[in-house]
Amino acid sequence: MRRSVYRRAQGDSPVKLFFIYAVLIVFTIIAVYPIVNVFSVSLRPNNRLYSTSLAIIPDDATLQAYKSVLFEKPFLLWLKNSLIVSLVTSVIGVGLASTAAYAFSRFRFRGHRAGMTLFLVAQMFPIPMFLLPLYILLGRYGLTDTLLGLAVPYVALTLPFSIWMLKGYYDTIPRELEESASIDGASPLSAFYRVILPLSLPALAITGLFSFMTGWSEYIVARVVLTQPDLFTLPLGLVNLQGQFSTEWGNYSAAAMLIMAPVMVLFLSMSRFLISGLTLGSVKG
Amino acid sequence: MDDSVQRKGARRGVAGRFVARRSPGGLHRRRIRLAYLLILPSALVIALVLLYPLLFEFYLSTTNMSMQRIFNYQFVGIRNFATILADPQFYEVFFRTIIWTVVNVFFHVAIGLWLAILLHRKLPGRAIFRVLLLLPWAVPEYISALTWKGLFNFRYGAVNLFLGQVDNLLNSAYGLIGLARGWHLGPISWLSDPTWAFAAVMIANIWMGFPFMMAISLGGLQSIPHELYEAADIDGASGWRKFRNVTLPLLKPVLIPSVVLGTIWTFNKLNVIYLITLGGPGDKTHILVTTVYRAAFDYYRYGYAAAFSVVMFFILLLFTVNFVKHLRGTEAVY
Repeated sequence: MRRSVYRRAQGDSPVKLFFIYAVLIVFTIIAVYPIVNVFSVSLRPNNRLYSTSLAIIPDDATLQAYKSVLFEKPFLLWLKNSLIVSLVTSVIGVGLASTAAYAFSRFRFRGHRAGMTLFLVAQMFPIPMFLLPLYILLGRYGLTDTLLGLAVPYVALTLPFSIWMLKGYYDTIPRELEESASIDGASPLSAFYRVILPLSLPALAITGLFSFMTGWSEYIVARVVLTQPDLFTLPLGLVNLQGQFSTEWGNYSAAAMLIMAPVMVLFLSMSRFLISGLTLGSVKG
Repeated sequence: MDDSVQRKGARRGVAGRFVARRSPGGLHRRRIRLAYLLILPSALVIALVLLYPLLFEFYLSTTNMSMQRIFNYQFVGIRNFATILADPQFYEVFFRTIIWTVVNVFFHVAIGLWLAILLHRKLPGRAIFRVLLLLPWAVPEYISALTWKGLFNFRYGAVNLFLGQVDNLLNSAYGLIGLARGWHLGPISWLSDPTWAFAAVMIANIWMGFPFMMAISLGGLQSIPHELYEAADIDGASGWRKFRNVTLPLLKPVLIPSVVLGTIWTFNKLNVIYLITLGGPGDKTHILVTTVYRAAFDYYRYGYAAAFSVVMFFILLLFTVNFVKHLRGTEAVY
C-alpha cells in the first residue's frame, strides 16, 4: 500500500494537537458506544435488563443470554437459513460477474457503455420499485416462501456492483499476459480461465464476501419474500426477538453480538479493498 | 483498443499460427461473439430479475391491483397518479424526504471529511482511531437501527440516561456557584414526539453513514501530493485557504461521485425509519420510500404503490440529470 501521510511543516502545535485528540476521542466514543451498549446488555442477568446504569461490564455479568439464544431460541435454524441464502447468493453472483466483468474489461463491443451505465443506474432504483413486481412474479411461480426465491433478488441486487468491482480489478492486470498465452496457442476463453481467473482470486474472494454479507444482513427484501418462521434468516429472527422488546432485550443483544462480531472482523479487514474498488470505479467511470 | 493491438500483432506476424489461420476481420467478429457470450448469463439475470419487473411495474401503476384483486384487476389509466399528486400528504412527505436527504448527506460529508482531515497527519494512535471510527459502517444496518431504537428508549435508553447525568452535573455546578436553574436537560420523548422522532432517525442514520464518507475522503487525501501543501506553506496560506484551494478542489473527483451516490442511497434509505419508527408517530416520520413500502407490503395497495414508485423514479431521474448537467457546467468554467 502506498503511504503518503503528508506532514505539516514541523508538526502541529500542542494546543492544536490537544483539540485534534479531543475531537477524535469524542467521535470515537460516539462511534463505538452503541456497539459497546449492545455488548453490555448482552451480559446482564435477566432480572437486571432494565438497569439504568451506564457501566460497560455489569457487576454480575453472565453468559446466560448467549446460552438461551443458542439453545432455547431457533437461532441455529436462522443461522442455517442465512448461510444457505448467502452462500447461494455469493457463488452465483460471483460466478456470473466474473465472466461479464472480463468482457467489459477486455472487449469493446456495441452496448459496452450502455451496460456500464446501466449498472450505475441500477443503484438508483428504490428497492420497493423492483421488489413489488418481483414479489408478484415470484408469487406466480410459487417461489415466495422459499430460500431460492430470496437468493434470486439478492443476486440481482449484488450483480451490478460485483461486475463494476471486478472490472476495475481486471483492468489492472496487464494484457500482455493473455497475449503471451494466446501466442502459446491458448484460445481467448482458456486464457481467461488459466491466466486471469487464478490471478484474480483475491478480488473474487472479496467480491464474494461482499455478496455474502448482503445476504447476511438484508432485512427489507427478506421480510417480504419469507413469511414462514422456519424459513427465517437471521435478520428476520432478530427483528422478531426485538419485537417482543420487554422480555427479550438481553437475548436480542446476545444474538446481535453473535451476528455482528464475525461481520465486523471481516468487514474491517476488507474495507481497504472496498474503498479502492469504489474510488477506482468512480475515477475511471 | 486491444483489438487494434491484436491486429498490429497479426500484421507483424508475431501471433503466429493462432492469427495466421483467420483473417483479422473474422477474428474480430469471433472476439465480439465471445464477449457477448461471457455477458449473456449476467444479462439474462438482470433482464429477468431487474428489467422485466421494472417494466411490469410501469404497467402495474396503471391498474388497481391489490391483494384482493391480484387476478381480477382493472386498467385505471392515470387514476393512481392523480390520487397521489392531489394528496397534500404527498407534498408533506416529499418535503420531509428532502430535509432527510439534505441533512443526512450534509452531516455524512461534513463529519466524514473533518475526521479524515484530522486523521491525515502524523499522529500517534492514528491507526486505532481509524479502525474504531470505521466500526459503525461494519455493523449490519438493521442491527444499528434496532440498537438505536433501544438507545432512544424513554426510560432505559442510554441517550436519555446520559442527558440525565449531564443534567445532574449542571445542577451541582449551578449549586456550587449558588445559582437557581430555570431549565432542565432531558429526558426527551424521542420516539413518541414527531419532531424528536424525526431527529432520532436522522441521528441514527448519520451515525451509520459518516464512516463511509470518512473512508472515501481518506483515500482521496492520500492521493494529493504533499508538495502542494508545501508550496501553499511557502506562499503563507492559512489552514482554511489550504483547505479551500488545495484540498477541496483535488478531492472533488472522489467526493462528487460519492455525494451523488450517497444522496441517492439516502433518498432511498428504507430500513432505518422502517425499523426505528415505522413512519410513526402519526405518520410524521415517513419519507417517500417508506410510504411506498408500507403501501405495497403492509396495506397491499399494489397499483397505488407502483404508481408511487414511478413518481419517485422520475424525481430521482430529474435530480441525477440536473446534477450531471450542473457538474458539466461548472467543470467547463474551471
